[in-house]
Formats: sequence, C-alpha cells, structure tokens
Amino acid sequence: MPKVTYIEHNGTPHTADVPVGTSVMRGAVDNNVPGIDADCGGECACATCHVYVDAAWLPKIGLPQEGSQEAAMLSFAAVAQADSRLSCQITMREDLDGLVVRMPEGQH
Amino acid sequence: MSNTAKRVVIVGGGHAGGSAAALLRQYGWQGQVTLIGTEPTVPYQRPPLSKAWLKGEQELRDLLLRPATFYPDNRIELRLGSEVAAIDRMAGCVVLLSGERVAYDHLILATGCHARALSVPGNQLAGVVALRTLADADRLRPLLRAGARIAIVGAGYIGLEVAASARALGAEVVVIEREGRALPRVASAPLSEFFQARHTAGGVRIVTDASVEAFDGGRQRVTAAHLSDGEVIACDAVLVGIGGAPNEALASAAGLVCDNGIRVDLAARTSDPAIYAIGDCTHRPVPLYQRTCRLESVPNALEQAKQAAADLCGRPPPASEVPWFWSDQYEVRLQIAGLPFDVAETVIRGDPGSGSFAIFHLAADGAVQAVEAVNAPAEFMAGRMMIARRRQVVASRLADVSCSIRELAG
Repeated sequence: MPKVTYIEHNGTPHTADVPVGTSVMRGAVDNNVPGIDADCGGECACATCHVYVDAAWLPKIGLPQEGSQEAAMLSFAAVAQADSRLSCQITMREDLDGLVVRMPEGQH
Repeated sequence: MSNTAKRVVIVGGGHAGGSAAALLRQYGWQGQVTLIGTEPTVPYQRPPLSKAWLKGEQELRDLLLRPATFYPDNRIELRLGSEVAAIDRMAGCVVLLSGERVAYDHLILATGCHARALSVPGNQLAGVVALRTLADADRLRPLLRAGARIAIVGAGYIGLEVAASARALGAEVVVIEREGRALPRVASAPLSEFFQARHTAGGVRIVTDASVEAFDGGRQRVTAAHLSDGEVIACDAVLVGIGGAPNEALASAAGLVCDNGIRVDLAARTSDPAIYAIGDCTHRPVPLYQRTCRLESVPNALEQAKQAAADLCGRPPPASEVPWFWSDQYEVRLQIAGLPFDVAETVIRGDPGSGSFAIFHLAADGAVQAVEAVNAPAEFMAGRMMIARRRQVVASRLADVSCSIRELAG
C-alpha cells in the first residue's frame, strides 16, 4: 500500500499507509495524525486539512485548478503558500507512494 | 503529567464523542478510554445523512468518522448499543440501563441533541419520520422513491437538504413552514428568499405561515397532513424537521448546571470538575461575541472535543475558532461564518440572481459579525478572517464588487 509522510509543524514525522483512491486527508484522520482537523469531512468546505506539498512531489500533485473551490478557499487560508493544497482534494495513487506533506502552524 | 491509571468515560458516540476519544490518544492520554454510545454503529458523520448518504451516493466506510479498527488499535473501548441511565457522581460511575456500573475518573458527556417531536394527532403513524441518526436515514431512504409524495414539516436546513435530495431522487415535495419564510431562525431574510426561489425552481412547493394540525392514516400509514389554513396535503411519507433539543436530562438529573444545554466553560468543563460536556448538548461561551449560546454544528463538536482533550492532557487550550456552518442543496454550497449578533447593517455583495453572492452582517462600528456565502468560497474565507480579526469595513465598499475582497479583508 502506498505510504504518505505527514510532517507536523514542529517537525515530527508520521508515516501512514493510505489506500489508493483514498484522500490524503482521510489517510491522516484514519491514522490519528495530528495537525489535520478536517472539520467538514472532505467536502472542500472548511480548509482545515491544509498542507504544504513537498517540493519534490509538487509536479506530480499539481496546484489547485484556477477558479476551483479549493483555489478560492486556499486564497484566504491562514498561512497559505505557493505549495498549499487541501489534502481532501488529493486522491492517493500508486505513483504517489512516498508522498511527503507538511502541516501549517494551524488550521484556523 | 501522569495519567496512566486514570479512566475517561465518554457518553455519546457521535461526532463529538468519537473525536474526543481520538484526540485523547493523539494528545498522549495513557489511561483507559471508554466510549459508550446508544447507536450500534461506530462514530460516523451526520451531515451526509440528509445529502450523499440519503441519495445512495456514499458507502458506509466513507460515512464513518474513522474505521472500526481504529478503536481497538488505539485502545479505545467501545460500548455500543448501550444506554446510560444515570450518573452517580458520588461513586464516580455511570449506570447503564442494564444496571451495570462503569467507573470513571473523568467523564465527558457528548449526548448530542434529539429531534423535536411534532405533538399532533397521527404523529406515530408509519411513514412519519425524523432525521437524526443513520437508522433514521435508512428508514427515510426507501420512502423517497420517484413519484412518491413527501411532506416535509419545517423549512430548516435538514428539511431543505432533504427536499433537494428527494427531488434528485424524483419524489414530489411539499415543505410546510410555520413561520413566514424558509430558514426563519437560521438565515437572514435575503438568504431565505434565495433558497425559497431555488427550491421553487427545483419543483418544491413551500407553504409558509402554516402548521400541521394532524396527520391522517388509512391502514396505519400516513396519507395526508392537515394544515392550520385548512389545506389537506396528500402524502406517502412525512419528514419532521422542526429542530433539535439538547440531551441534558442525564446531566440535569445528576445536578449539573443546565440551562438550554449543559453549561460549560472554554475548557468544556461543567459545574463538576470531574465532568466535561461537548458538542450539541452544551451551552457554551462564545468570547468573540461576549455571549453564551448553543451551537449545533460539527465544527463546534470538534472544537469542544479539542478543549476537553487538551484540558485533560494538560495541554494549552486550542485557539478560539469562529463558529461556522455549511449546507449543500442542489448545486448550491452555502457556507456561514460567525453569528449575526448585534447586527446594525446587512450588505449583499454580488447578485443573488447569478447564484453566487455573499451577505455580510455588520455591527454598528462596521465590524463584520457574520457572513452567509452562497457559492462564494473566497467571501466565506475572507469573512471568517475578518470576523476573527474584528475587521471594520465600509458597507458601500463591501457592496461594490469592483473592490476586491482581498483588499477589503486587509
């Protein structure tokens, strides 16, 4: 099963198995990884599953589509950066095995 | 902090209770954690029950808050299908309906709400249902067949979400609302107007200023609703969605301070230092507005679960959050941030006719108190930020869509 490494804002890493077809947010929640709140459960309604995608993975993951709900939400998320994504919108694939994401300082 | 031997018992297996159990482990609680829930299912998400789940678009594993294996893997003992009959504070235990006593060092009450019942003749007929639990949703689902006539009592969020889902499934829908508009207590007038128009366009008939006086049922099954204005609405099923009331009887019988919900502080502590309460069942402070109120929402359940778990684990309290809500109906995504207290002026940004706009509610000093955003995620996020920062804005600039929301948000 592909693995994702979630790195807390304080640097603590958590590696979890995330099944193909499952969102990166769900992978964090199911494994009790701190730092992802996921208030809305994956509806792209809350921006509390915000992550920074590791530079090495950004080309594979891509940025949110311009004009999308995700892009609009991220445009006002606290501490958003150029590599910000909402992890509920990243679906796990085989070729994402080893993905690294970092958590922002806070989700609210 | 040594918490190895301390036992936490959580009463209530909903979003709040399930999250509290997970957060205790996440924050390093070493002692026993027991979650007692009346429903037979591991904690799940309620919001989809009126939407994706009802339409059959979602699988159970996606509805669950966390997979069933999560609980044993994290040493969380689940006591599902168990009802707590009483709290014995002197003995430090809860008493189950079966008579069994479960001892606690710390108790977290996450008892939620129950759907208010409509006390009219015929309310016990088959085909008259409420929607609060998975079992309720599974009773409602087969009733929403194509061509079935559904009467929905109450034009609140649950009623309107079910109306939209029922239309998607091809049912005929009439919504009956006692007040003069849809969403009377939970939306501003312009937002009500928008949703009423959207539902009407979707083929839903909304009857306002009318209440149900009785249900008729031939052969024990509901066949019609009699309204206060004399109209008789023939129907094959009825959903009663007239709001929720906090489950505070356990707390109140145990002598905890209750007043429209179990009273708690910002660490989710009740009037008994050994007992916390979280989620829909609480009446809590909302410092942003210098008030106390009841908040029925998933974000509130999660925020208070964090407060209680942090307090128990000796962590600093979580940052205060701006209350927020969401609703999905048809293609409409509604997001609300803040609470419309002390509103002096209401500003509409964008054209409701376009299907994308936001309603900002300002206090007398121009501070943004709340925003209702319809298919307007940037306005929602910007509004939430402005509310948190008590940002003051000029109404005319907010109404002017040529002023960018980024500039207004500061």
